[in-house]
Amino acid sequence: MSAPQLNIDHVAKLARLALTPTEKAQFAQQLGDVLHHIEQLGRVDVTGIEPTAHAFAVTNVWQDDEPRPGLPVEAALRNAPAQRENMIVVPKVVE
Amino acid sequence: MSSLHYQSLTDAAAALDAKRISATELTQAVIARTKAVEPRVHAFNSFDEADALAQAAASDARRAAGQVRGPLDGIPIAFKDVIAVEGQPLTASSKMLRNFVSPYDATVTTKLKRAGAVLWGRLNCDEFAMGSSTENSAFGPTGNPWDVTRVPGGSSGGSAAALAAGEAIATLGSDTGGSIRQPAALCGVVGLKPTYGLVSRYGLIAFASSLDQIGPFTHTVEDAAVLLQAIAGHDERDSTSYRAEIPDYRAELARRRGPWKLGIPREYFGEGLDPEIGAAVEKAIAFYREQGCEIREVSLPHTKYCLDTYYIIATAEASSNLARYDGVRYGHRSAQAKDAVDLYFQSRAEGFGPEVKRRIILGTYVLSSGYYDAYYLRAQKVRTLIRQDFLNAYQEVDALITPTSPVPAFKLGEKSDPLAMYLCDIYTIGVNLAGLPGISVPCGFTSAGLPIGLQLVGQPFQEANLLAVAHAYTQAHAWHSQQPKL
Repeated sequence: MSAPQLNIDHVAKLARLALTPTEKAQFAQQLGDVLHHIEQLGRVDVTGIEPTAHAFAVTNVWQDDEPRPGLPVEAALRNAPAQRENMIVVPKVVE
Repeated sequence: MSSLHYQSLTDAAAALDAKRISATELTQAVIARTKAVEPRVHAFNSFDEADALAQAAASDARRAAGQVRGPLDGIPIAFKDVIAVEGQPLTASSKMLRNFVSPYDATVTTKLKRAGAVLWGRLNCDEFAMGSSTENSAFGPTGNPWDVTRVPGGSSGGSAAALAAGEAIATLGSDTGGSIRQPAALCGVVGLKPTYGLVSRYGLIAFASSLDQIGPFTHTVEDAAVLLQAIAGHDERDSTSYRAEIPDYRAELARRRGPWKLGIPREYFGEGLDPEIGAAVEKAIAFYREQGCEIREVSLPHTKYCLDTYYIIATAEASSNLARYDGVRYGHRSAQAKDAVDLYFQSRAEGFGPEVKRRIILGTYVLSSGYYDAYYLRAQKVRTLIRQDFLNAYQEVDALITPTSPVPAFKLGEKSDPLAMYLCDIYTIGVNLAGLPGISVPCGFTSAGLPIGLQLVGQPFQEANLLAVAHAYTQAHAWHSQQPKL
């Protein structure tokens, strides 16, 4: 594992998260420390070890493809920041 | 536990059955207590007094008609504010969900409603369950009832503090890296993290999906058995829900008496452990030995990698889960956004607090192109080794004994360095990575009067055995019946 180089601007862009200059400086330093700590995982011999995504074996669960009631429109829209005629209103995407 | 609001769940159920009290009287006592201590404790994000009293009245009516639904009928139970209750606020202690009202019930909520429980308020926690102190709440920190200038632990600090302060008869929390057991230890109550998959996660706001598990906070181990009975079981709405056999946990407590083979992982008793906590845990080990249990030292050699593995996997899953908060369909929407894309960036910037942002950044980084194999994939492989350590230990022993937290409750604001805070979960996170059940029970107090927790870790889906081991200790000790002077 190579020494971590955290490009905070690039990662914040990937995360769709606007950060202030103060946050960027603070997070870069704090996460640099955390990444430095995490580097020790590079010392573990993981040759031939299978990754564990879940603690117990999980297999696909198939259900019959039968229609059933979902969340009513009014309930689904209850928490929408802006709505009109049973639709969620967002800023204009295309000029 | 003489006061009405400080009764154990099973004592309260017995009093209701004997008609010595009504559900309405019990709920009124809890409400009065909550109003009296909340200005100092701040365990709740919200509560609905009229709704709770209406549920209590319905329970009393069922009892009068001879239609009692079981031991939870009429018992006030409060929820961590990451568990959905239809028509009630669900905030995850975040500005992002400040005005969110849940359109549906979580599966655990549905089960407790069917059991007749009085669903009380929603409890404070670290924002999106990320933290070890409940200081990361957008609505202010919770105080530890034993010393309100100290933290209750986290992230389910509100759930632990509310119970310790007598503001509910039992509470529910969620545990991703120790978030039930660690605050239970710091507040002097019982906290159970069930085996991953035993309790449905449907309706739990996701933090790290392969680690999260809902579990109970109670005054006694018997209460934990009763509450687990009500919430455990397969759920078709959760694809990771396990088809485990659900025994009668309470009946098993009486049946299983040991002696057991108990393992002491040597890696959990080293540097960083508070001496008073170490001494209290040693005394608990001596108790089990006196009871005829065989005590063996065992080794979990990959323990030193648990923290790093956890923070890679948990933040990776968190960054993915929290991508849904985009300001479009629900949650906070920025009024400053210039366009549709900027809406994402600004809404998330304004809605999330510092710890959540930190973890999203770390999680995004470890998943990003060029780093995936070095961090996330490697962490998943180390997770395999950590899990194997536990399973190897269980070839020799029935359960493990460790401290729950390396330190007692610390002062609010004392730990400003994220890495120092992350170390508070050092004894609990391995259990989540391996998906095992763990319980914390009170095992003493420091010289400053702060509670100490004993952690017992069991084999997968062997909650009946784990609860029996814990019950044997609490039956012989009265730490769990102490109450803070508030």
